[in-house]
Amino acid sequence: MPILEVTGLGISFGGLRAVDDLNMTIEKGSLVGLIGPNGAGKTTVFNMLTGVYRPTDGGIRLDGENLIGKKPDEISAAGIARTFQNIRLFSKMTVLDNVKVGLHNHIKYPLFGSLFHAGSYAKKEKEMDEKALEILKVFDLDSNSDLKAANLPYGKQRKLEIARALATAPKLLLLDEPAAGMNPNETAELMETIQLVREKFGVTILLIEHDMKLVSGICEYIYVLNFGRELAQGTPKEVLNNQEVITAYLGE
Amino acid sequence: MDIFSSLAEQLINGLRTGSIYALIALGYTMVYGIAKMINFAHGDIIMVGAYLLFLLGVGKLGLPTPVVILLAIILCAVLGMLIEKIAYKPLRNAPPLAVLITAIGVSYFLQNFVLISMGATPIPFASMIKVPSLTLGTITVSGITLATLVVTFVCMAGLIFFVQRTKTGAAMRAVSEDRGAAELMGINVNKTISLTFAIGSGLAAVAGLLFISQYESLQPTLGALPGIKAFVAAVLGGIGSIPGAIAGGIILGIIESLTKAYISTQLSDAISFSVLVLVLLIRPAGIMGKMKNEKV
Repeated sequence: MPILEVTGLGISFGGLRAVDDLNMTIEKGSLVGLIGPNGAGKTTVFNMLTGVYRPTDGGIRLDGENLIGKKPDEISAAGIARTFQNIRLFSKMTVLDNVKVGLHNHIKYPLFGSLFHAGSYAKKEKEMDEKALEILKVFDLDSNSDLKAANLPYGKQRKLEIARALATAPKLLLLDEPAAGMNPNETAELMETIQLVREKFGVTILLIEHDMKLVSGICEYIYVLNFGRELAQGTPKEVLNNQEVITAYLGE
Repeated sequence: MDIFSSLAEQLINGLRTGSIYALIALGYTMVYGIAKMINFAHGDIIMVGAYLLFLLGVGKLGLPTPVVILLAIILCAVLGMLIEKIAYKPLRNAPPLAVLITAIGVSYFLQNFVLISMGATPIPFASMIKVPSLTLGTITVSGITLATLVVTFVCMAGLIFFVQRTKTGAAMRAVSEDRGAAELMGINVNKTISLTFAIGSGLAAVAGLLFISQYESLQPTLGALPGIKAFVAAVLGGIGSIPGAIAGGIILGIIESLTKAYISTQLSDAISFSVLVLVLLIRPAGIMGKMKNEKV
């Protein structure tokens, strides 16, 4: 059963057709790659899936629920979370607080409860702390929980972004170039982390990536985008041997 | 009176005025931090708050004092939310200048609305705070000063606790840093901005209560000067920073009180504004503001 169905998705900025007639069906629990040369429209697809851009046409359904016209916070509540190509952590906040922001909608207590029911407030905040630490532990970040996010080393900042996204309890996790700027060792570690995330959190993952090794190493299925249109789709092997894909990447 | 107790009294006076500035500055700084705009109508909320205290209490309805105070705070908070919804929200993505001019427009609207409905003649309004004064050795601290210090301290501590220790506070900090990313993490930005205006305006009502207890006279323009001074305090401390607003307010209050006592009453405003100019020349981001390194 598909978790995400994208049909005829397209968006124009003025006269520019950034994405055109994109169709994707992503099965529950799968790990799918979205690749393509620079400017192919990959991040634009993510921005449409998360409600940052409103598509000009086409449909997006998550678990059968229509997402077109929903605001980013509503889409987050519906179950899509993402990371960013250029890290966008809350850098002045602690590592723990970053994850707690992700938990915001999942542990509730009345706003004025913190004034009148100190006990229940403390209990809920403690529950959030524990839950956040539990998520951080998966990423080996629990010992850094009091550090400001800005003071984490680069590789850990990338991991924290994934941890924060997972805190929103998504059904579908979108990773936008998770290996950007990483050295080969860090990339290898990241591949393990992504696989661990899928098992541990039972989440479906769609990732944008330039690093072919990472994509072919962990993705089960790949969509290739070029000039906003689908160029190819299939298993990593099929796609990487596709002549059109090779041409798009390397030129004639 | 010897020089030390005179100095101590001036410092206490400065602390009193300064903590009122700080309370108002918190509203400016929070709204700037989260909505990225200067709400120039903020000073007029103080004025509306003061008139509400009068009308709900001795002026018209004659409700008991605690009810009057609570109601005035709630009504100001609602007013702040309404102003945001009607005047600022449609301009969320407009250039900053458009928002700034709108804010000045709202300020004129509030002043003139009160002018039409309440008249221009100052209305005498005896202090609602009745606390006995305290004598420590040769220094006497008036009841209003005591009440002001206690009330502002409680408000500030409460606010800092709220922002630092609750999840709604964390959401506010997140929106302040990166509105887009916060929204994508499931935070309702409209609600957060609305709440910020409510808190800032509620604090302005408290400031109105403390301010009017000192001046004991109501006028439609009474919010203008404390409003602009508190804005100076917020900039002085580093706009967007909560501890900065508190420090800026208190520093400004003390400078003002010391100049009035030892240099010149007439020059006191000129001197406080000169301090602002000096601070901005040396540290443009304010005392506690983050200095931004421009990337080249």
